[in-house]
Amino acid sequence: MKFVGQSATRIDEREKVTGAAPYADDLDFGPNLLHAEIVESPHAHAIIKKIDVSRARKVPGVVKVVTGKDFPYTFGLYMQDRFIFARDRVRFVGEQVAAVIARDPVTAKRAARLVKVTYEPLPFVLDLKEALKEDALLVHPDLKNYGHCAWFFPVPDTNIAHWRKTRKGDIEAGFREADTVLEDTYTVPRYAHCAIEPHVIVGQCDLSGRLTLWSSSQSPHTQRHVFAAALAPLGLKHQDIRVITPYVGGGFGGKAGVSMEIIAAALALAVKGAPVKVRWTREQEFYNTYQRQGVIARIKMGVKKDGSITAIEHTLHWDAGAYVEYGANVVNAVGLSATGPYRVPNVKIDSVCVYTNLPPGGPYRGFGYSEFMFGLESHINRIAKMIGLDPVEFRRRNAIREGDTLPYGAHMNPCALVDAIDKTAAEIEWGKKEEAAAPNKVIGKGFACFWKAPAMPPNAASAAFLKFSEDGSVNISVSGMEIGQGYLTVMAQIAAEVLTVPPEKIRVETPDTDRNAYEWQTVGSHVTWGCGNAVKAAAEEARAKMIEVVHRVHGFAKEDLYLEDERVKCRAKPDFALAFKDFVINGIQTPRGNFLGGPILASGMFMPEFTSATGDPETSQGGHPNVHYTVGAAGIVLEVDKETGKMRVRKVVLAVDVGQAINPDLVKGQVVGGMLQGLATALYEDIRYSPAGKLLNPNFTDYKIPTALDLPDAIVPIIIETPQPDGPFGARGVGEHTMIPSAPIVANAIEDATGLRIKSLPLTAEKVALELRGIRYDDVKGETMGLCFMGDPQKYAFFAKSKA
Amino acid sequence: MKKITFTLNGESRTVAVAPHEVLLDVLRDKLGVKSPKVGCERGDCGACTILLDGKPVRSCLILAVEVEGQEITTLEGVGRDGPTPLQESFIRHNAFQCGFCAPGIVLAATALLEKNPKPTAHEVQEAISGNLCRCTGYEAIIESAVEAGRQGTARARKPAARKSANR
Ligand code: FES
Ligand code: FES
Repeated sequence: MKFVGQSATRIDEREKVTGAAPYADDLDFGPNLLHAEIVESPHAHAIIKKIDVSRARKVPGVVKVVTGKDFPYTFGLYMQDRFIFARDRVRFVGEQVAAVIARDPVTAKRAARLVKVTYEPLPFVLDLKEALKEDALLVHPDLKNYGHCAWFFPVPDTNIAHWRKTRKGDIEAGFREADTVLEDTYTVPRYAHCAIEPHVIVGQCDLSGRLTLWSSSQSPHTQRHVFAAALAPLGLKHQDIRVITPYVGGGFGGKAGVSMEIIAAALALAVKGAPVKVRWTREQEFYNTYQRQGVIARIKMGVKKDGSITAIEHTLHWDAGAYVEYGANVVNAVGLSATGPYRVPNVKIDSVCVYTNLPPGGPYRGFGYSEFMFGLESHINRIAKMIGLDPVEFRRRNAIREGDTLPYGAHMNPCALVDAIDKTAAEIEWGKKEEAAAPNKVIGKGFACFWKAPAMPPNAASAAFLKFSEDGSVNISVSGMEIGQGYLTVMAQIAAEVLTVPPEKIRVETPDTDRNAYEWQTVGSHVTWGCGNAVKAAAEEARAKMIEVVHRVHGFAKEDLYLEDERVKCRAKPDFALAFKDFVINGIQTPRGNFLGGPILASGMFMPEFTSATGDPETSQGGHPNVHYTVGAAGIVLEVDKETGKMRVRKVVLAVDVGQAINPDLVKGQVVGGMLQGLATALYEDIRYSPAGKLLNPNFTDYKIPTALDLPDAIVPIIIETPQPDGPFGARGVGEHTMIPSAPIVANAIEDATGLRIKSLPLTAEKVALELRGIRYDDVKGETMGLCFMGDPQKYAFFAKSKA
Repeated sequence: MKKITFTLNGESRTVAVAPHEVLLDVLRDKLGVKSPKVGCERGDCGACTILLDGKPVRSCLILAVEVEGQEITTLEGVGRDGPTPLQESFIRHNAFQCGFCAPGIVLAATALLEKNPKPTAHEVQEAISGNLCRCTGYEAIIESAVEAGRQGTARARKPAARKSANR
């Protein structure tokens, strides 16, 4: 192949390196632009008794003050559990209660302080144990009345928003068959995405009723759809709403679906005629978008002496926060896949989504898999050790293969997990002990596998339009988002391969829901695959049309015609070559002097028609909820300072089976970026809440993300290519996966180096140093917390009902 | 309101600002220069980096009134006559992903190459350590800057670009 498989230069790189690339906050709206400031709840849970806006309204420059009364509508992608502004009660610290719209941001901010909200504070639940007890305080007493997607199973009159159960084989028989059984608890706190661009959106409803939004989003069409659903009581329909999304300064799931954007849609309607901007501060970015959900997980695993896994029982309780409209789908995805990439005959998974009075949880790169793979891959190392088997060999023996039955009954797609395991092990010289230079330092090696499927509704579609210009260059309009992964370039390369037009002559446009073809959303690492299929189909249609017109004019058999080097050529007549630029707009002149043809236009569509979400609620058997999994393995060589607990990553390796790397350089970019993001969740990102539910470190001073000085000594990406039969040129997704194994490889390497097994994230130097001195971190962690279980995780009681 | 005059990308500009106004906002909202980005507004992320008399600084921490008479360069002032060799190196390496950090990092690296034309990887790491990038893992960014230096394209900015005023 000429363009697919090449490390082409990104088609957006020049724009980005010169500062030309526009982001939503860079667009100009002229002197009529209004600015909104949000009035937020200081309470984790309270009744709103009264909102007095009279003083705020009088401030010169204030145009309007909006409260929940003005927009008493709910919204939510998968579960409609949120009001646009909190109405009778607030459910987390920082929740939006009102907005002040003013001529300038300073006035808006000043006036927002004058909005007087009278609250009656209520008891709140931050702790999962509290949230799940028999007579728990309910975060959503109305849960039973909420609309939600067909594959959610809320439990009315509890805090359980969704409970995904997967049952395969006979779990008890599986444990009876086992020679060794290990059961233990692992905890993973919340994390923040920290895209460098905070959320920003400008909404404008013109006087004809047309609502346009310029949004920093991964999901333009889904936003339009959610806005249309939420604002339907005001008479808005899809045709009235237009979402335009320029470049996005990082997403990682944080800009998927609809979070704060609903505010701008509503405010635009409140000040018709003028554009109004809502831009989140860094603090708001932390507490009022989505966070990665915290989870406490109990794993019980049975294995035979030969290392084969006989059974996995995995119970996960998720701290999903005050609203779960997106987060519950993360819980769902894990409930289907929490065995990891292994052949497991007997499976019992309970993935339970629990409301708490903390900021809403939601999608974050890895979509739940990073969270559960920490425990699972830690557990595997331990159980392998118990039976005296090398943990890499243990994984080889159990590795999933094409055709294996998945936990919910469907079958595994082609993959080369064993190959990934072997190559990773070889690259980190698994089994070879390394000595540190300094006496207080030790070196350990860690290993883990990973897998992940996109979590998509069964009818999530992608579409593409394609057209030519007079010079033979191509414009493609799609609605996937360039969130940094290189999507535009990959789409250009796919079209290039079919059309023989080099990628640099192909422009791929950022979305505008009025003009671009449909895309469900840019999530789940699915756009290379799904939208790539749509673009390929569009390019093939264009090719067919070009061949058709040449055939009509010149009479060559269509089978003899093909494209090469931006020309139509003919096998039967080797000297024939018609350049695209000579006919793709104005057609081809016939001997009679007239022209046939005209502008070449094409479209393409892809929907995974084989999927369904109709599995039995009690077992998940019967549906085909996931399109495919991407699998791989990772390893690390880690140096640990036994005095300080400080760790240095000497080498990290990640092998991933991407089906076909459309652009290997971009795959490497995903490996390096994702791995560093994942290592940070392991080594230092450490979110903290006060006992009253207030986020204590919503900034980069106190919530550390990696700088250029925090790089591992070496990151080695290994690309494996076992083609995905239904992928464009065999490709499948890779964006999220590279973050998933980071935490367990570190945990396993710490144990290898020091003998210390840490079962809770993060694995900070402080925690390692304390534990190495024999001080249990859980005994000294104090009042603040990242995970919503305040007690000792080992004493957490997974409620009896989950045994059902 | 106070009128201040300073050099912006080679051109003398005068603008009326209030004493509390931050340089980042003045550049973006009053002068229409959009490459410095708003990332945190408290000096943590470096997205708002500009060059003040050739040195990288965070424009979110500077009051506009403070820059009277000084010389400011934003990314718009760097590649006016086409991308610099350093920018070309970033392009060749697919160095940036979402690109939101790029204006700040390109400027920080530009300033580094001007005083240290052949930096080591570690020197590049230090020079950009105040600029957060959440996407790339920095590796390709560092390589690009080191390679630009190694190839002897010492000047990150072409002399012509520095002077090309009054457009
Ligand atoms: S916006 Fe200035 S350092 Fe972040
Ligand atoms: S490329 Fe996205 S923040 Fe650097």
